[in-house]
Amino acid sequence: MADLLLIASLAGRRIAFPAADVEAVVELEGLTPAPGAAAHVAGLSALRSRVLTVIDGLASLEFGRSGEKAGLHQAIIVPSGGHTYALLVDEVEDVVEAAGAPSPVNAPLGAGWERVAIGMVEAESELFLLIDPHRLIAGPAARAA
Amino acid sequence: MDELINDFIAETRDMLQALAGAIVAWEAAPQDRARLDEIFRFVHTVKGNCGFFELPRLERLSHAAEGALADVRAGTRTADTRLVNAVLAVIDRIGELVLALESGESLASEDDEQLIAALAREEAAPAAQPEAAAVPEAEARKSVRSIRLSVDLLDRMMNGVSDAVLARNELARRLRDAPRDVAVEAAFERVSACIAEIRDGITRTRMQRIDSLFAGLPRMVRDLSAELGKQVRLQADGGDVELDREMIEMIRDPLTHIVRNSIDHGIESPDERLAAGKPKAGILKVSARQAGNQILIEVADDGRGIDGEALVRNARAAGLISAEQAEKLTPSQRTALVFAPGLSTAGEVTAISGRGVGMDVVRANIERIGGVVDVDSKASQGVRLCIRVPLTLTIIPALTVSAGGQVFAIPRSAIDEILRIGGGAVRFDRVGEAEVAMVRGRRMPAIGLESLLGVEAALPREEQKIILLKPAGGDVYALIVDSVHDHEELVVKPAAPAVMAAGLYAGTTLADDGRPILLLDPSGMAKQAGIRFDEGEIDRALLAQADESEAQDRISTLLLFRMLDGTRRAVPVTAVERIEDVAVESIAFSAGRLRVALGGRILPLAGCEAAPGTEKLRVLRLTDGESEIAYGFAEVIDIRSFVLDLQPAAAPGEVAGAFLVDGAQVELLDPYWLFAAHADGAADEGAPPVCALPVGDPWIDNMLRPLIESLGYRIARAGDCADVVIALEGDEIGAETGEVVRLRSQPEAGAGGDASIYRYDRAGLIGALSRARGRADG
Repeated sequence: MADLLLIASLAGRRIAFPAADVEAVVELEGLTPAPGAAAHVAGLSALRSRVLTVIDGLASLEFGRSGEKAGLHQAIIVPSGGHTYALLVDEVEDVVEAAGAPSPVNAPLGAGWERVAIGMVEAESELFLLIDPHRLIAGPAARAA
Repeated sequence: MDELINDFIAETRDMLQALAGAIVAWEAAPQDRARLDEIFRFVHTVKGNCGFFELPRLERLSHAAEGALADVRAGTRTADTRLVNAVLAVIDRIGELVLALESGESLASEDDEQLIAALAREEAAPAAQPEAAAVPEAEARKSVRSIRLSVDLLDRMMNGVSDAVLARNELARRLRDAPRDVAVEAAFERVSACIAEIRDGITRTRMQRIDSLFAGLPRMVRDLSAELGKQVRLQADGGDVELDREMIEMIRDPLTHIVRNSIDHGIESPDERLAAGKPKAGILKVSARQAGNQILIEVADDGRGIDGEALVRNARAAGLISAEQAEKLTPSQRTALVFAPGLSTAGEVTAISGRGVGMDVVRANIERIGGVVDVDSKASQGVRLCIRVPLTLTIIPALTVSAGGQVFAIPRSAIDEILRIGGGAVRFDRVGEAEVAMVRGRRMPAIGLESLLGVEAALPREEQKIILLKPAGGDVYALIVDSVHDHEELVVKPAAPAVMAAGLYAGTTLADDGRPILLLDPSGMAKQAGIRFDEGEIDRALLAQADESEAQDRISTLLLFRMLDGTRRAVPVTAVERIEDVAVESIAFSAGRLRVALGGRILPLAGCEAAPGTEKLRVLRLTDGESEIAYGFAEVIDIRSFVLDLQPAAAPGEVAGAFLVDGAQVELLDPYWLFAAHADGAADEGAPPVCALPVGDPWIDNMLRPLIESLGYRIARAGDCADVVIALEGDEIGAETGEVVRLRSQPEAGAGGDASIYRYDRAGLIGALSRARGRADG
């Protein structure tokens, strides 16, 4: 009955994703740039012979770009619209049970968060911002739609 | 037993499918022994199997058909329409029965007798005929067995194998770092080879030749046209294009629908066609080809075309467009209304393609797989429908290149040529911010891949490579890359929308080492780089180019080859249609000269006096646009571009002159003379008018001379008295010559308002010639 949440940190905030949207959490090895692609696309990577489109969570929030990190990137794998995406986050923490249904946030979240947030949700007596990974994938360009 | 029955069902179904084309071909040519044998083998095999499985109905049917066909094979009976129809009916029934057997349903049996009776001879019941020459069982069983698999399962296998490849690569890296052990390495090599083989197999399982889509068409066209009382000839082409299975299934229905529409609405009845001055039988052409990053499937008929007016009327009536909009529609927009939902030009509802439903569904289905469908219609000339589906999900041959340290793939089909920059064959000019490459006298826009992608070039210009790309529907441009790696066959998948938004890519793929590679889209790159391919501009550019400089005019691309006697000769590649090997048996001295049978035609054969002693003769098929001649030779040496310094031959003949290649003499063929001397119907009676041309100018020799000669002039030899003289700007003309026609190289007339004619003004030139000749005669 209780929804599972994946707790991660992005842009210095602890956030939650609905675990149902998430296929896996992986460490990405290697990143192929995709010049000319939308700004929040960090590049391409491969996972078990599937091509992943790597989304820079920070850039999608229009908070700048994640710096070049050497070696492994921790990423959340989300299938969306027939393609598989890897969301780059600062850190993935844990999967926890939500204490209740998400509720709307009645305070200003800031432009970037406003676009991707579903609401806030309580888990393990802490309050998290619940993020829709699909909106994070769609990026800033989708705002107009 | 069940398993055996299933095998039998699958095998029979396969054979039926393979047979569909043969049946129609046999009907068209009942004398075709090969087809007859094929059909006979089918019923024979079915009969044999049925006996084994105790399927009496199938056995009776196939036995009856076999008996009738055996009579035909034995020559005691001719295959008339009645017999063909009866055999087809029996084969159809066999198909139905097999289907029923598979699904466990029962099928009414009463009219089996009718079918069998229809096979009987009109005058007498078929005498029990001893089985004609026993067909070897192995041959009859040659059809491939098949099973059905879900594409999901194939996908899973594919992913599994790809993972195995990655694991192998990882292992290879580890092995390189570890101390050498020959035994381990040998074992690894074996595993490696196995994985490669499995991967290849699995990849192929997803691919299917588009043949399988076309195989059902002959039968469908036959049945439909018979039903509608029309005559339709189907021409299918390009069946060897490979497409993803899934894609083929997605295209099947739309294609069927389009073909039905063409036969039902497009192609007229035989009477109408005769009245319109067309041959009785309509032609339906279905072709497939790979064009750049797309597979193109074209369905063209020569029927009445789409009635644009009627479409607009209907669209107005249906309230789809306003009167104002209707006014503004261009002809092509009108035709495109055929895709609007609920519209049709069909005057009445027919059983074949119904009314109003169809083309909108066709378009929706094609668009769902990322394709495009275009329609082009000419009143009373026919309709051409073009389906373009993306090559995503298809395997395409590609070239991997790198720019700014990153690897990309380019579809091979769009690549014209790969050149080194340092080689001197290429020159770059900077015009404003744009770069223009000059390759063998040809100018084209150049794009640096690295600047297009906004990355740093890894190499200086001189060390880079250029790739001449010819995107579908565009003109050639030069793409500059750092280096060219390898030819690979890649399984291309669609890229995410956020990546496709760049407009540069056609999809993604995985390299052998598991890294993703982006597949570049040649037309997309041209568009992003701002290259315009306005047709008018291209024409002007070409014309300007043709006039640009003397030196450019003198460059000819020649095919160098060795004659049977070892002589080296050359011919302009523009005159060569293709090169083919012909069996010497097809060469004969007939109707007064040496001729060769080639692809269903008989062509005059030049270049050798008699059929050579070898098994095969290689021939050049030369064309002047209308007639063709074959020219026998031994081997191709090279294709090269030359600045010709031709020493003209002493007298006109097969050889126009000689020039030097790498220090050795090569004779240049005179295609004009060859056609005049050899082409059928070229011999002209009576004394033709004589025209004198400037000597030694390749433009004159290659372009003007054939034109003048096609007008019935003989080209003056030295000492001839010419009726008409053609001169270029600045040429001095002796006083004793005939009427003079002067050509200029600029489209605009000179300031003096002289009477010269622009050299590409064909109509003006022809007019001037006939006027000049009139004056000369008078």
